[in-house]
Amino acid sequence: MELVCPAGTLPALKAAVDNGADAVYIGFRDGTNARNFPGLNFDEAEARQGIEYAHRAGRMVFLAINTYPSPAQWDKWCAAVDQAAGVGVDALILADPGLMHYCTQKHPRQRLHLSVQGSATNAEAIAFYARQFGVRRVVLPRVLSLAQVRAIIKRVNVEIEVFGFGSLCVMAEGRCTLSSYVTGESPNMSGVCSPAKAVRWEETPTGRQSRLNGVLVDSYGPGEAAGYPTLCKGRFAVQQNTNAAHDAELPHKPYYALEEPASLNVLDILPQLMEAGVVAIKVEGRQRSPAYVAQVTRALRAALDACARDPQNYKPRGDWLAALDKVAEGVTHTLGAYHRPWQ
Amino acid sequence: MKLSLGPILYFWPRDTVLDFYRRVADAPVDIVYLGEAVCSKRRALRPEDWIQIAEELEAAGKEAVLSTMTLIEAESELGVMRRISENARFTVEANDMGAINMLAGRARFVAGPNINTYNAGTLAMLAAAGARRWVLPVELDRNTLRALQAARPAGLETEVFAFGRLPLAFSARCFTARAHNLPKDECGFRCGDYADGMLLSSQEDKPFLVLNGIQTQSAETYNLVAELPEMKDLAVDVARISPQSSGTFEIINTFHAVIDGTLEPAAAPTRLAPHIPYGACNGHWYGQAGMNWIREVGAEAVFSAMGGLKRG
Repeated sequence: MELVCPAGTLPALKAAVDNGADAVYIGFRDGTNARNFPGLNFDEAEARQGIEYAHRAGRMVFLAINTYPSPAQWDKWCAAVDQAAGVGVDALILADPGLMHYCTQKHPRQRLHLSVQGSATNAEAIAFYARQFGVRRVVLPRVLSLAQVRAIIKRVNVEIEVFGFGSLCVMAEGRCTLSSYVTGESPNMSGVCSPAKAVRWEETPTGRQSRLNGVLVDSYGPGEAAGYPTLCKGRFAVQQNTNAAHDAELPHKPYYALEEPASLNVLDILPQLMEAGVVAIKVEGRQRSPAYVAQVTRALRAALDACARDPQNYKPRGDWLAALDKVAEGVTHTLGAYHRPWQ
Repeated sequence: MKLSLGPILYFWPRDTVLDFYRRVADAPVDIVYLGEAVCSKRRALRPEDWIQIAEELEAAGKEAVLSTMTLIEAESELGVMRRISENARFTVEANDMGAINMLAGRARFVAGPNINTYNAGTLAMLAAAGARRWVLPVELDRNTLRALQAARPAGLETEVFAFGRLPLAFSARCFTARAHNLPKDECGFRCGDYADGMLLSSQEDKPFLVLNGIQTQSAETYNLVAELPEMKDLAVDVARISPQSSGTFEIINTFHAVIDGTLEPAAAPTRLAPHIPYGACNGHWYGQAGMNWIREVGAEAVFSAMGGLKRG
């Protein structure tokens, strides 16, 4: 299985290559990709440098143009596709069907991957992108169980890449507009979720509060660790259920109604993913530091090598898990949807 | 402009559903979307039941459309989608690219609100695959719609989600079961306890979201009744109303009266107010946060966000 690691900067790309990534994925410094954060990402010159660095080490660079351009943005997004093809990326990661069509017409030999934002969660949807645009690899949304991943791989003839580590989207990617409902900006349109400019922290007599465009996302007691107010990771309250018998089941105080802040970590199931025929494991986090990239890449490289050597006796080592937990979001890690009970 | 009724997004008892569509047959809607679009475990009605409702509505002069689910993961769900797609009689609303793969080149279809149609390139691709109508994704604004209308392929109809709680997200996880501390596999169909979904409030008791099984909706009701004249100017063909447990027929009548010209658009919000339990929103239409409420006063838009009244 390939190890595909994130890079938001040239030092992060080098860290990924130096620590054993088979491929590094990057984006341009604008709204054309789903990690459109201030101070992050690559201009054309940096992309060229990064590609040269990776290719010299025999590694690949993928570039994500995975937001959905509006008519007003269309020309700029097409220019980004041209630019990516021009600098010689090994694969272009796209989500928008219109843009994929453009790419197949203009750059017929460019290798295409379907971004997780493309939201293909089943074999028929994957077949559509393969047939229409010659997509060679699909990144699966983080909503599928291991059994479902296995069933999809049996039915499709494109490569399947899955997320292995990083922050967890609890919603089907590409079909979540929680962020634009609250802030006007979403991953699909603007390449951001719960954007930092809409965040406000407030100290109150009862503790610290986090708000997103005025909406109270969470509040923390004295000494309680506070997390970034991503909408789906806030604590909210449910109302009473008129069905008295079932009302007793409800939490009658604010709780993580959608998702706890936790990191996805698939170290426990690497042999199963390999046996299922997964081609690549992806690490989330282009917005994270070179130190994060180095640490995660090193741990996953060691785990993947151990798994490939002897899958029967593979067991995640304590020091790998400790290294990953240290940089994880929240205090716990989870198998996410791969693990049936989570659903 | 035609009026459509979207699929029932909640889990209502079988008899409630049957009664509801008996009333729909006499209501002034032109198009009715049918079927379970949210969770494959909800099987109070079988596919044959939906076909029968479709036939009855067709006999009453409506266009009946069968909607597919939005999040398709399991093989069994693909099977249901295939059966719907291969029905030879009724148009299908595709809510996943998988459904479009089954329909492309074989039958004319509707590209639903959960197909990511953001630009003319995608619109052209959908038309070439056989779409006869497309629904504007809920997060898109009127300026984007205007540009898409200008580039729209001939013969393709445009529909806009115009009233109801906004479907915002879909997950593998069932949030209703999670709230009840039950595993999804043994959910006990708790979503059946909530005819309009389960209200989720912020820690300062402001209604925020509605949990509807694996679907998350807005608590506020998206209401574009005052924007109907503008939609008409933009050559929108269909305005969609999303069913709710009470008031749906009053909402249909109000929209119909505005489209008909018998009710001033400005008078409509008062009539709709009793059917909007947690406030209205229309921000997406104006390119703002969806939860905002914008009232156009001359050239100036006045809007109130959850944080209070502002001027913009």
